[in-house]
Amino acid sequence: MSVRLALHSPSGSRSFLERGLLLLVMLIFLEGTVLTLGAASSPDIGAQDNTGGGHDHRGIAGSHDHTNYTYIKKAFPVLSLDYHHIQVPFEISLWVLLASLMKLGFHLIPRLSSIVPESCLLIVVGLLVGGLIKLAGEEVPPVLDSNLFFLCLLPPIILDAGYFLPIRPFMENIGTILMFAVVGTLWNAFFVGGLLYAVCQIEGTYLSQVELLPCLLFGSIISAVDPVAVLAVFEEIHINELLHILVFGESLLNDAVTVVLYHLFEEYSGAGEVTPMDVVLGVICFLIVSLGGIAVGAIYGILAAFTSRFTSHTRVIEPLFVFVYSYMAYLSAEMFHLSGIMALIACGAVMRPYVEANISHKSHTTVKYFLKMWSSVSETLIFIFLGVATVAGPHAWNWTFVSVTVILCLVSRVIGVVGLTFIINKFRIVKLTTKDQFIVAYGGLRGAIAFSLGYLLDKDLFPMRTMFLTAIITEIFFTVFVQGMTIKPLVDLLAVKKKQEAKRSINEEIHTQFLDHLLTGIEDICGHYGHHHWKDKLNRFNKKYIKKCLIAGERYKEPQLIAFYHKMEFKQAIELVESGGGVKLPSAVPSQVSMQNIQPKKLPPPVAERALPQFTKGREEEIRKILRSNLQKTRQRLRSYNRHTLVADPFEDGWNDFVLKKQRLIELEKKMTEMSNYLTVPGAIPDSPTMCRARLASDPNAFYNIKASSDGIPTIQVDLASPQSPDSVNMLNEFSKEGATGQGLGQREGADRDEDQGLMMKLAGKGEKGEEEGGSKNPGLMRCLSDPGPSNEDEEDEPFLP
Amino acid sequence: MGTTNSTLSKIPNVEELMQETGFTPAHIVRLYDRFEALDKEKTGLLRPQDFGAINRLAMNPIGDRIIGAFFSPGQETVDFHSFVRILAHFRPADKKRPKDPSMPEPVNSRTSKLKFAFQLYDQDKDGKISRAELLQVLRSMLEMQVTEEQLESIADRTIQEADLDKDDAISFEEFRKSLEKVNIDHKMSIRFLR
Repeated sequence: MSVRLALHSPSGSRSFLERGLLLLVMLIFLEGTVLTLGAASSPDIGAQDNTGGGHDHRGIAGSHDHTNYTYIKKAFPVLSLDYHHIQVPFEISLWVLLASLMKLGFHLIPRLSSIVPESCLLIVVGLLVGGLIKLAGEEVPPVLDSNLFFLCLLPPIILDAGYFLPIRPFMENIGTILMFAVVGTLWNAFFVGGLLYAVCQIEGTYLSQVELLPCLLFGSIISAVDPVAVLAVFEEIHINELLHILVFGESLLNDAVTVVLYHLFEEYSGAGEVTPMDVVLGVICFLIVSLGGIAVGAIYGILAAFTSRFTSHTRVIEPLFVFVYSYMAYLSAEMFHLSGIMALIACGAVMRPYVEANISHKSHTTVKYFLKMWSSVSETLIFIFLGVATVAGPHAWNWTFVSVTVILCLVSRVIGVVGLTFIINKFRIVKLTTKDQFIVAYGGLRGAIAFSLGYLLDKDLFPMRTMFLTAIITEIFFTVFVQGMTIKPLVDLLAVKKKQEAKRSINEEIHTQFLDHLLTGIEDICGHYGHHHWKDKLNRFNKKYIKKCLIAGERYKEPQLIAFYHKMEFKQAIELVESGGGVKLPSAVPSQVSMQNIQPKKLPPPVAERALPQFTKGREEEIRKILRSNLQKTRQRLRSYNRHTLVADPFEDGWNDFVLKKQRLIELEKKMTEMSNYLTVPGAIPDSPTMCRARLASDPNAFYNIKASSDGIPTIQVDLASPQSPDSVNMLNEFSKEGATGQGLGQREGADRDEDQGLMMKLAGKGEKGEEEGGSKNPGLMRCLSDPGPSNEDEEDEPFLP
Repeated sequence: MGTTNSTLSKIPNVEELMQETGFTPAHIVRLYDRFEALDKEKTGLLRPQDFGAINRLAMNPIGDRIIGAFFSPGQETVDFHSFVRILAHFRPADKKRPKDPSMPEPVNSRTSKLKFAFQLYDQDKDGKISRAELLQVLRSMLEMQVTEEQLESIADRTIQEADLDKDDAISFEEFRKSLEKVNIDHKMSIRFLR
């Protein structure tokens, strides 16, 4: 989790106390869990008690039909303990609470969470809990029940991933991802399975009873990269988007392959042989499983989008539709033994752009938060349960088998990645470097899915099931602990090629920032790599037909911008209110993440260099500080991807700066009013972001004209008689016209207005005290005015909301 | 890649272009697709408005200058060849290039890249970045966040630091010297143009 309670508070003693208290609370809960679980793990007695209790109840009610009991009057029970009445929900809640408290606890210990990834810690906690239960003498409950896992714990994580899947990088790299997912997994499965069988046949290992097909089955179970583990570990190492999407996409899409292989080998393990016919059927099955899963997901996604079109009157249940439709998609796919994961991903990805256009801002936030919350809890629970299940056993440890498994998995992964990259690089414009390959190979973590699949195996059909499970668990532990813990330092090691400069001259700072902007601009001109015509066509189709059906009212014309504009208005209003108490400078250091450089470069603290005669050191420092804190953040094209940070809107990047600029201006003119050197123009122009951007682009200086006056105090001079003023009013009209036509927009405004107590209204008054420059017409502005807003065919860069 | 050849044949003098810029056929095709996508009216030439239509470029503080760099002085349009030639500056430098003094400096060498960047600063093309030009750039990059006074002192400081011959302007050599520690190839190369 990126939210860290950085307890660098000066009141160190108090924080210790807090920490201590929290740990104490956690321990108590731990105890409670152990006790209740211990009590609960004897279900037979519980059932008996239950029925006995039930009888009693009915007895007291006065029924005389039951024989064999006498009505004994006892004192009216003022207080009684009936645990079994609430047993199951209570336990579930207790586990969830435990998981959440653990998560809290880890972040209270800052050093720990930076060294050890959370997943490791959670597994350790699970081990502890399992150990405690065992020590208490009770039987450890089989918590990682496959049903529970596949039906309850896995869907939230996958839905979260699918809903917030960054579509553009995913689609751009889809070929690579598919290659890794399908071919890579197949290679892994057969390599591991086959070689394991070969090893088993070696005399002296006492494993000769393990046949080929079970080995292959085992290979297919263990070869699948696990999305949960990958997500958990990768989010902490802040890798760049490309690699993240490669590994993550692979982990999602290999589900289809795993499902098919698993069922294929499971089916025929009994028969003992696989004919070529079966192989052909297997291939067909794979196609059906994957495409069918996607189709099911897409259908539900469209249904959800369509439903959300009509929810403008019942905003409260909007998020529910998102969740329920997605879950139904998953279940329906599982019903047909199609790939549930792919269905879920497809559903989330398909419905998102339309649903987001339809639902209110608050529902959108709700969906975001709920998804993140559920997936977070799920992930925590899964890891804890993995720990508990490990303790539960039963285990059949076989040195040869286990060690060979671990080694083979590593080897096959490396060979697979290197080999595939070699082939893939021939088709890619952006080649994958050795560093990338290493990360992809090293990041192939196994997780709970493998365990659950192993758990599902029939005991009778597979006598070596326990051995398999032990090997699977060992492999999971190895990947999560060893690879998970070492990947971050290795990434750092690999990425640090250049020495960090101790200090940079002012020239360097300015020029490098300039070059960053230049490069960003050129990249934009070149367009994103992988620009295809069919993608364009798909977008056009989307805009023309689909959006009309699935998006309510007039919003389909400029849905994301209007919604986004509203959001920014709210933010702005809040900022305006807050800016009364002083404005914080944006303190972000420009963090440049390029595709070659995985590590975000941290600028070191400024160091004063040689003092030139005219400038004192203090002045120098001030200049440096200004530059550092104010040089505009270059839009981070490939910023580090982090699942737990709520995904920012695409327009927000530059828009934030823009808003801050406006803020600055407002502060500036506050100073002006004191000097009464200043004329207010009735506000500009809550126009659409594109217009603002276009205006900015045409002449950045035109919007805010600052003439340095002789005494060095910047003033803003406004010419009321400027030809722009009527234009500015025009634009206001234009927008309000545009706004008024949108029925849905009006409704939403109304609804939001009610909810937000007229904040919108206030804003129109306060408005933006931006000024047009006096004097000659601004050609950019004229261009703006003639521009009817973002043209629909212009969205080459962002087809759907990424 | 059947479309490669057919697209390549549409472009006149493509061999010469590839020779001059060092792009591979795949890149040329890709850039041509992009050129056509930008060229909404299908005239075969790009105008400033076509560049202006790129949303993200509009948010770039120096977007205007970048667009301006594509157009030769006095020209209103840019054709595909010029488009590619400008973009060739951003190819990653060929690592193993023999230092042959007789051959002209390749377009994507460090010097050429720096020269391109220098020209973006130096709008009046007098070979020096004057104080005013520097101020303009600073203003557009720092926008509203800094007062004018601070901008001026930053500009003064910058020139002071770099200006070795004390002419109150930064020449190309001084510019190059001030960036000697910076990995220009890394900063000014677009990876997918490799």
